[in-house]
Amino acid sequence: MVNSPQPILESSSSGAILWNVHPVPRRAPPPAHDAEIVEALRRGDEEVFGMLVSEYSTQLLRLAQDFVGSRSVAEEVVQDTWLALLDGIDRFESRSSLKTWLFRILVYKAKARGARESRTIPFSSFATEGQVRAVPEERFQGADKTWAGHWATPPIAVNSVPEERILAREVRDRIATALDALPEIQRIVVKLRDVAGWEAPEVCKELGLTDANQRVLLHRGRAKLRAALEQYLGEG
Amino acid sequence: MAREDKPDLSCREIAELVTDYLEGALSKRDRLDFERHLVWCSWCRDYVEQVRTTIELTGEAELEEPEPPMRERLLEAFRDWKRTRP
Repeated sequence: MVNSPQPILESSSSGAILWNVHPVPRRAPPPAHDAEIVEALRRGDEEVFGMLVSEYSTQLLRLAQDFVGSRSVAEEVVQDTWLALLDGIDRFESRSSLKTWLFRILVYKAKARGARESRTIPFSSFATEGQVRAVPEERFQGADKTWAGHWATPPIAVNSVPEERILAREVRDRIATALDALPEIQRIVVKLRDVAGWEAPEVCKELGLTDANQRVLLHRGRAKLRAALEQYLGEG
Repeated sequence: MAREDKPDLSCREIAELVTDYLEGALSKRDRLDFERHLVWCSWCRDYVEQVRTTIELTGEAELEEPEPPMRERLLEAFRDWKRTRP
């Protein structure tokens, strides 16, 4: 019997059909162990706090820097964020994940600091890049071809690359570098969605963006990160 | 049923629609066109897979240990907080 690799359709919560061809883990729901972490923090367990600090402080610091500019102010914002988390830990209800909540505190603190330092991010100037394509035109067949608009240089399949290359630290560093190179507002949107794990409506509300603008920024930002991934995949 | 009024989506269009697709922001008709394209185009399935992988990897980027002085300051702040806890 031939086991043909037929794509399997499954429904996502958004109603879109997901192609489960080579599955990548979906964004996790609030992890079950959040409750245990919260309990440990309430008890004053330093080891658990240290673990959280090790895991998230760099992500928090980089995002804070996007808002406030200076590294030393960003460090203060991160410290204020952790203290606010601790001060609020008795009231924490797991309606969102601890991580989402942590980033919510950070953005609140960072925006307040950014305003105090009269630093404003041009959230509305997303259109200044002009028309940008997610994939360069030359990757597609020209109008004179039978398959005009279809791939001329097709994408590299992620599952054609040895798994160690996807698990390597190097690829994450490449993505981090590409993230740094994004225009500020794209970078913030991508981080809030794909690092902090926020949903679109929360990002729109926090940054004062329309739904459509948020998607455009996310699309352009992710497109550049994808290009960095593909370049890495091609070096294998 | 084949529709004559609108040509199939091209791969170029798929690349521009992928975020709207993943965000659940396409109209029902556009979503069906998008998925119909993926049925026969393994290259675009590879493309969508690259995007999904990118999203996952972005969540794992910048997962570095903070510099030791910063970590130590935070642990110190934690101890202060713990001491003042009722």
